[in-house]
Amino acid sequence: MPTHHIVSAFDEELKYLANRIAAMGGHAERMVDQAVFALVNSDHGLARQVVANDEFLDIGQREIDEKAIVIIARRQPMADDLREIIGAIRISGDLERVGDLGKNIAKRVVAVTEARQPVRLFRGIESLAELALTQLKDVLDTYASRSIDRIGFVRDRDDQIDAMYTSLFRELLTYMMEDPRNITACTHLLFCAKNIERIGDHATNIAETVYYIVTGAQMPAERPKEDKSHKVTAQATAAADPS
Amino acid sequence: MAGRLGDFLRIVISRLWSARWLIAGAIVALAGLAASSGATVSSVLLAVLFVVAVAALAPRRDGLGRTERVADAGRTPFDAITAEHLAASVSDPLVICDARGSVVYANKPAANAFSALNEGTSLILRFRAPEMQDLIGGLLSQGKGGSIDYAERLPVERWFRVTASPIGQAGGFFVLVFKDQSETRRIDRMRADFIANASHELRTPLASVSGFIETLRGPARNDPAAREQFLQIMQNQTARMARLIDDLLSLSRLETKPFLNPADRLDLRPLIDGVIDALSPLAKESGVRIERDFGEGAAIVAGNRDELIQVFENLLENACKYGQSGGRVLVSIDRAASGYDGMLDVAVRDFGPGIPEEHIPRLTERFYRVDVETSRGQKGTGLGLAIVKHILTRHNARLTIRSKPGEGSTFTVHFPQA
Repeated sequence: MPTHHIVSAFDEELKYLANRIAAMGGHAERMVDQAVFALVNSDHGLARQVVANDEFLDIGQREIDEKAIVIIARRQPMADDLREIIGAIRISGDLERVGDLGKNIAKRVVAVTEARQPVRLFRGIESLAELALTQLKDVLDTYASRSIDRIGFVRDRDDQIDAMYTSLFRELLTYMMEDPRNITACTHLLFCAKNIERIGDHATNIAETVYYIVTGAQMPAERPKEDKSHKVTAQATAAADPS
Repeated sequence: MAGRLGDFLRIVISRLWSARWLIAGAIVALAGLAASSGATVSSVLLAVLFVVAVAALAPRRDGLGRTERVADAGRTPFDAITAEHLAASVSDPLVICDARGSVVYANKPAANAFSALNEGTSLILRFRAPEMQDLIGGLLSQGKGGSIDYAERLPVERWFRVTASPIGQAGGFFVLVFKDQSETRRIDRMRADFIANASHELRTPLASVSGFIETLRGPARNDPAAREQFLQIMQNQTARMARLIDDLLSLSRLETKPFLNPADRLDLRPLIDGVIDALSPLAKESGVRIERDFGEGAAIVAGNRDELIQVFENLLENACKYGQSGGRVLVSIDRAASGYDGMLDVAVRDFGPGIPEEHIPRLTERFYRVDVETSRGQKGTGLGLAIVKHILTRHNARLTIRSKPGEGSTFTVHFPQA
């Protein structure tokens, strides 16, 4: 933030907000990464650690909310300062949700890995997570650099994540039909996949907020909705995604 | 001659200028003296001229010049090196930041290694991993140096040993040096991955070979026709294992390579021509005609020749094998195409049966096969597109796949314009 205010304390406060967001972002990225790693490698210890780490994000969000309200009350910011503050509130909300979703994946680790699962079940989840994490990283990098020229890729990747999720949904459904003993694990994995897909959505939301902070305009409204899993059925019986 | 005269004049003028107050004082004093003693105007003018001439021509050696010369004598070429020169010549990524944590200088390896690292970028915002946050926070608030291990997972997994320290005594500037440790880590990882993948994928052909051996030693011992057939199957299976190991090795080798934005610039046209020539036996065998539509002019991208050859080999091989029924494969180069500005697109299109939509997003996963039987029949290992994707990630390029059942598939590589 190259802006300089006459009251340098104001600058400091804005900087504090941005730094807190960065710290939250780093934690959220780490949590999702570790949760998926724990899932794939059935690492229960790591999963417990991820669940415990979620507190950091909750505290972070509360702190940013309070700080932002104090700044608004005391400094009465305008234009890009105001956008900066509102943006911080929104992004911290998204990041907190990302943390919750990561925590939810970690909680399912025990249930999924009770019995040894074949590797093929996890390959899809792994690459879906990679896409979502790339999305999150790119978006947070954009927040750091404030250069929105690459932001078009966000839309693209959101598309890819949705398509991948739909495909994964289909695959897991097949495994369930093959062998009813797979149903427990596959249902949990289905929720994990949904969580990861939502993490991608939150990342896209953050991208929109960053765009708003930088330009003051809304991101061109052509949000792709390629998630077709609601149309996927298992032959005649309509087994649709409940969400 | 004229140059020397010019130099001379310049020296004279500069000397007069630097002595202007002295000369003015002298003139005033002389004029005052002349007025009080009643000397003639011409003698006063003569005296003034003399003063000016002395000021202009007399050799002068002032104190400033002497100290400068002394300093010059003490200064070696070493002193002329700035911190920036030094930082630029360090081969590891190195970032200098100010007391606010904004990047002041990032050397070339740093710019190559980390995206979105420009002058003015806040380090705390860019390096968000909790360890890095602690390190940078401690550095900025207490000037406390230290070193930690830091992993950057995307786009390619890399590990760094990061050392942070304040520069000089005065403070205000800090330096972060990243030592790339990926190689050693990756070799460990490669071993683990290779064993996991190999044991998983080699089990099937191995089981089939050992099954046939059992049959050959038992029930089929005296049946020459069956023996011949079984031996043929066993040969196919062992060939498959060999291919699998080759592909696994080449993928693992790619993963151990350091992450570098490739710097070589090369023309894709001759490269793809070469690949097409190399694959012509396969094309003939599958009854496929490879057509090219390269447009005008060269297609320059930044890339590694061998790796890009492998990309197009894999793509064209797939097109020939799986698009066999279409009878032709079209390779086209499109400059500044599609919605992304400044992209150079190379498309490999086949006219075969196409790929069902639900499989498209997953094609680049390791060992993902649309149809296991067809793939095995075509001697596929399930790694070809994974290798392609890995190479393209290293090149900052992307792969998009479009396909409609019944109309064939298009694999398009988007290169950033070099």
